[in-house]
Amino acid sequence: MKAFKNHFLFEFRTELGDKNLLVMNYLLPLGLYVLMGLSMKEINPGFMEIIIPAMIVISILISAILRLPGLFVKSREAGIFRSYKVNGVPASSIVAIPPLTTIIHIIIISIVIVPTASLFFGAPFPDRWGIFILISLLTVFTCTGLGVLIGSASSSNLAAMLWSQLIFIPSLVIGGFLVPSDLLPTSLNKIGIFLPSTHALNLFKFYSYNQPIDYNPLWSILILLSSGILSFALAIYLFNWDNQNKTRRRNPLLGLLVILPYIIAVIFLP
Amino acid sequence: MKDIVIEVNKLRKVYGNSVAVDNISFDVRKGEIFALLGPDGSGKTTILECLEGLRKPDGGSVKLMGINPNYNHSNLHNLIGVQLQTPGLPANMRVSEAMNFFCTYHNKSPRYDLLERLGFKEKMDAQYQTLSKVQQKKLAIALAIAHKPPILILDEPTTDFDVQSRVELHNIIIELQEKNTTILLSTPNMAEASKLAAHMIILWRGKKITAGTPLEVTATGARLAKISVRVVGSSLSEPGTKFPSVTKSLLKDEYKIYYSNNPGLTVSAIIKHISKQKDELIDMRVERSLEERFMEITDNEIKL
Repeated sequence: MKAFKNHFLFEFRTELGDKNLLVMNYLLPLGLYVLMGLSMKEINPGFMEIIIPAMIVISILISAILRLPGLFVKSREAGIFRSYKVNGVPASSIVAIPPLTTIIHIIIISIVIVPTASLFFGAPFPDRWGIFILISLLTVFTCTGLGVLIGSASSSNLAAMLWSQLIFIPSLVIGGFLVPSDLLPTSLNKIGIFLPSTHALNLFKFYSYNQPIDYNPLWSILILLSSGILSFALAIYLFNWDNQNKTRRRNPLLGLLVILPYIIAVIFLP
Repeated sequence: MKDIVIEVNKLRKVYGNSVAVDNISFDVRKGEIFALLGPDGSGKTTILECLEGLRKPDGGSVKLMGINPNYNHSNLHNLIGVQLQTPGLPANMRVSEAMNFFCTYHNKSPRYDLLERLGFKEKMDAQYQTLSKVQQKKLAIALAIAHKPPILILDEPTTDFDVQSRVELHNIIIELQEKNTTILLSTPNMAEASKLAAHMIILWRGKKITAGTPLEVTATGARLAKISVRVVGSSLSEPGTKFPSVTKSLLKDEYKIYYSNNPGLTVSAIIKHISKQKDELIDMRVERSLEERFMEITDNEIKL
């Protein structure tokens, strides 16, 4: 436990001191927040009602889906994971620490977003703070799971970037942020079911803002939870210590099993 | 007989079409220093990485204290200390922080004394990215031995080291061996292997060429000897000057160097020739070291 705590503190300090990570964790989400806050009133007025949870979800997506995979690949390529392995650092620690550091970054981001969104953009506060925090944690869990899974399974930075963008860009476009889901064609709404951000926003709307929703919230909870658990399990199973070792212990395509809960949802959700 | 703690049995590792390690077997006994010797590309690092659990063998087996590193690596991490040939740590990890980080994973107190001994007294707060390659390697060595593992695996530990650092590390290795640590060392340096190791194996392109104690390795085979001769005049440089049993000759500094498989006969012929040419002998040395043996072996392999 002492070693894990030590590892966590080291990673967190490192992330705060790394300029690239500061951009990804803070500048990019806050920049987008200001941009969307200023522009979305005209484009999608309904967005301003949920700007607080929406920007928290976007911050989580940037921190977990865009940032984490590259970080994993970079560490592997630098031989850091090889050194960790021979010195007894378990894969479970390497996979478990990013969600914890992400939670702290999201708390810091939220401290900025929540009061300023209300002050400058007239955004309403959530009805139930406890539920709001729980949904945020669940979203961090699912998205960091996907981030570490992409990082574990990707053989190069390019592959990691492509997989990340495959989740991030559709999340922004059809995840209910830029365009309200009721304005999207049915086919795109179906694709939206494959995105964790859709379910996170669904839960925020229902439990914290009493807004009409698209899917049964229990389904969203189940999907996020099962997808998160599956992601972490697969990330540990597929964890690749060594970039020099071209022969992978296990087929990285097994990582695609993570979409199973979403497929089940597409089949069964009305 | 002492306990065998490292067992390598018919190890084979293939990368694509290239056989990196082919049918290598050896045992290392408790408290022994064992050297893997060979030039770059001979398979030393691959053998070590199979033992460290970083690579899975394509054939044969490896065991450390009876444990297969590919299946039970978590049981091994407190039993082995590993210095990788190319170490990697987070760029902004500080020297003292690295010691603390890995020692807590081994559940041991940090060994800052070891860092001081390896020259980090003034660099405890230096970030890893600011260290030179040699300092990064020294840090990796300190981290490998800090938790006092019974088995130590060092991959070319002194490459690029200055003389003082090399001697210091040799002293540390000998001290560890005296405390019964089993040390498996890879090196391209013959002098280092003959100084430190009780047993060694010479590798060439993934194959075992010879094995034994340094004495056995030098004594076996064709017994190529190096004869270095320096004379006042030019009697040895005249065209057509040849001596019996010489397989190869070259000029180095002011010495004419002959490699002979019958040094008695060659030396006698050289002295006769110098005398006949009315030249004067300044210096003559006959050496039969591990270096010559290694050159002889690898020369033979190249010819094959």
